[in-house]
Amino acid sequence: MTCQCEIKNPYLPYQMEILEVVEENPEKDLKTFTLGFLNEADHGTFLYTPGQFAEISVFGTGEAPFGIASSPTEKGIVRFSVKKVGRVTTALHILEKGDLVGLRGPLGNSWPLEKFAGKNLVLVGGGFAFTTLRSLVCYILDEENRKNYGNLTVVYGARNPGQLLYKEELQDWSARPDIDIHLTIDRPVEGWWGKVGFVPAVTEQVVTSSENAVAVVCGPPVMIKFTLPVLKKIGFTSENIFTSLEMKMKCGIGMCGRCNIGNKFVCKDGPVFSMAELEKLPAEY
Amino acid sequence: MYEILKDDFFLWLKGQLGQKEILAPRLKEEGYLFLPWDGEELELTGYTNTLKPVKDAFFPQWEALIRYRMDKGKPVQVMGENPATKPLILFGVRPCDARSILLLDRVFNGPKYKDQHYRERRENTFVISLACSEPASTCFCQDLGISPLAKEGSDILLVDLGDKFLALADTLKGEEILQERPFSPATPGSMDKFQALQGVSRQAAAASLVPEILSGELSQVFVLPLWDEIYRKCLNCGVCTYLCPTCHCFDISDETTDTEGRRVRSWDSCMFGNFTQHGSGHNPRPTGKERIRQRVLHKFKYFPENYLAVACVGCGRCVAKCPVNFDIREVLKRLGGCQDDMSM
Ligand SMILES: Cc1cc2nc3c(=O)[nH]c(=O)nc-3n(C[C@H](O)[C@H](O)[C@H](O)COP(=O)(O)OP(=O)(O)OC[C@H]3O[C@@H](n4cnc5c(N)ncnc54)[C@H](O)[C@@H]3O)c2cc1C
Ligand code: SF4
Ligand code: SF4
Ligand code: FES
Repeated sequence: MTCQCEIKNPYLPYQMEILEVVEENPEKDLKTFTLGFLNEADHGTFLYTPGQFAEISVFGTGEAPFGIASSPTEKGIVRFSVKKVGRVTTALHILEKGDLVGLRGPLGNSWPLEKFAGKNLVLVGGGFAFTTLRSLVCYILDEENRKNYGNLTVVYGARNPGQLLYKEELQDWSARPDIDIHLTIDRPVEGWWGKVGFVPAVTEQVVTSSENAVAVVCGPPVMIKFTLPVLKKIGFTSENIFTSLEMKMKCGIGMCGRCNIGNKFVCKDGPVFSMAELEKLPAEY
Repeated sequence: MYEILKDDFFLWLKGQLGQKEILAPRLKEEGYLFLPWDGEELELTGYTNTLKPVKDAFFPQWEALIRYRMDKGKPVQVMGENPATKPLILFGVRPCDARSILLLDRVFNGPKYKDQHYRERRENTFVISLACSEPASTCFCQDLGISPLAKEGSDILLVDLGDKFLALADTLKGEEILQERPFSPATPGSMDKFQALQGVSRQAAAASLVPEILSGELSQVFVLPLWDEIYRKCLNCGVCTYLCPTCHCFDISDETTDTEGRRVRSWDSCMFGNFTQHGSGHNPRPTGKERIRQRVLHKFKYFPENYLAVACVGCGRCVAKCPVNFDIREVLKRLGGCQDDMSM
């Protein structure tokens, strides 16, 4: 008969305190927020995997979805990098250390770590879509996890150095032997120590083999469009290329009906898809 | 199978008023609506169906999901909103709408995510349906393989046999009620009458209006030339989806004062342009063409692929109320479905 199990309100967010706000670019429209759980007990129930997203509530304004930029190996915090574009993101950008926000999730599927195990990984990112790739890199670089994966190659590009997220961390990674990272900007700038050129071209230069490898691509649509043929040329199959999609979302749990592509809900069945999966769907995204 | 004299039934129903709220079809200027009933005589002689679908009772047009207080100098307080879920009897639901409840269950009470408010209302509601004897010209349940005498989704289905109702249960809750007085086991005569009625209503054997082509490859269905044409007269007003008993799309927004806020959900529609518009301004469904295609394919392809049933029950409200006479039956026929209907 009727189930007596208690059903929780899926819209009730965790209470989070903003622990740190970092301005990521000179325009100051890109900020990274580090959040901590207000109630100690909640911490253990927010279990996520790189690639997942969550809804941040700005009380008084509303909710919006963001990819989780921290890694589950970074205990006690959840981090997001947010570009200021509209109502919620503008309200969020006004908040400071010590202010409270809500957090609902984790939502969606994740990077398919089980398929990545034992493989060489090529991660290609552009602009501020690097968030869940950062999560993945941090996860793999964790001492416990590093041995489970092969070579880690990262190509990350932005218009100019100022638009690269996590600049300090990128420098640290550049110095490490267990990650091969290539940073690139569109046009030469004085003092720039990385590469110059668009992401697809740099990918073609530095990625030489698809042997036992999977590729992950995250960035603006035009970058993805020109990177895919490059990866195919190197020998990656559609089954071995993964990406994450963005759609307008509200519920995040497959009910409000606005984020579907064909019969797939990006919030519930995604946001991560292989190119092979996307090729079966209409390009309605 | 059980039966009950009509007079006895309404006495019994009146008797339930003490413990439960009862909603029944009541005639207003515009037509029938599910409204509170306090026991007076029900006027059901021109009743075919209600204007608004029954989903309102479980998934209201507007409701608060959470609430919060933002007092100066204090941390924000967040609370779940508790819907007032008084035990409810829904009387007079038509079989098409009763079936729509089972479809909404698949969305709001899925294996992974469950909507608390929907579930609570659902568990608190007892559905008593009335089988149809005279479908309206816009009704097409039978073309979708749904019988006007179907009990699916009802706790109890009543079939009009003149001075009596034949009563069938589709749930344990319903069966338990029917086993007690004033209900009694159906007499052979009543059962014969029911069988005769079933014979008259075309047998719900084939879902003939659901086009074969829709079970094929999406890549082919998606590019059919008909999408370039059928959307042209549509105003994107959304009436068809608001009045649809199976449409479940909603928006979430915050309504706030200086110190208080409510996060509310309200019905939304894939027929609206901003439904899918990204923050960047990019819109995957920029014109009416993509939106009509979404509406048709969601109901007749995506929903069946995800939930194993067509998300249309043939109630015909979208046909009856569209300001420009957009007729989903026509679309299905042009896609290859057939309808055995003299009026078309
Ligand atoms: C799975 C997923 C992951 C995501 N991850 C990230 C992430 O990591 N980082 C990130 O920054 N974003 C991310 N996004 C995108 C993010 O969700 C959106 O940027 C956010 O929802 C925008 O919300 P908003 O309320 O600020 O904008 P809205 O107010 O909803 O809309 C903003 C857009 O509308 C325009 N607009 C707003 N108001 C008006 C008006 N009155 N008149 C005209 N135009 C107007 C704005 O110019 C802007 O372009 C992600 C999205 C998804 C689905
Ligand atoms: S997508 Fe459109 S047709 Fe489908 S349930 Fe939502 S509003 Fe209705
Ligand atoms: S009711 Fe008619 S005009 Fe309005 S959105 Fe639906 S099909 Fe278009
Ligand atoms: S965001 Fe609501 S269905 Fe995907």
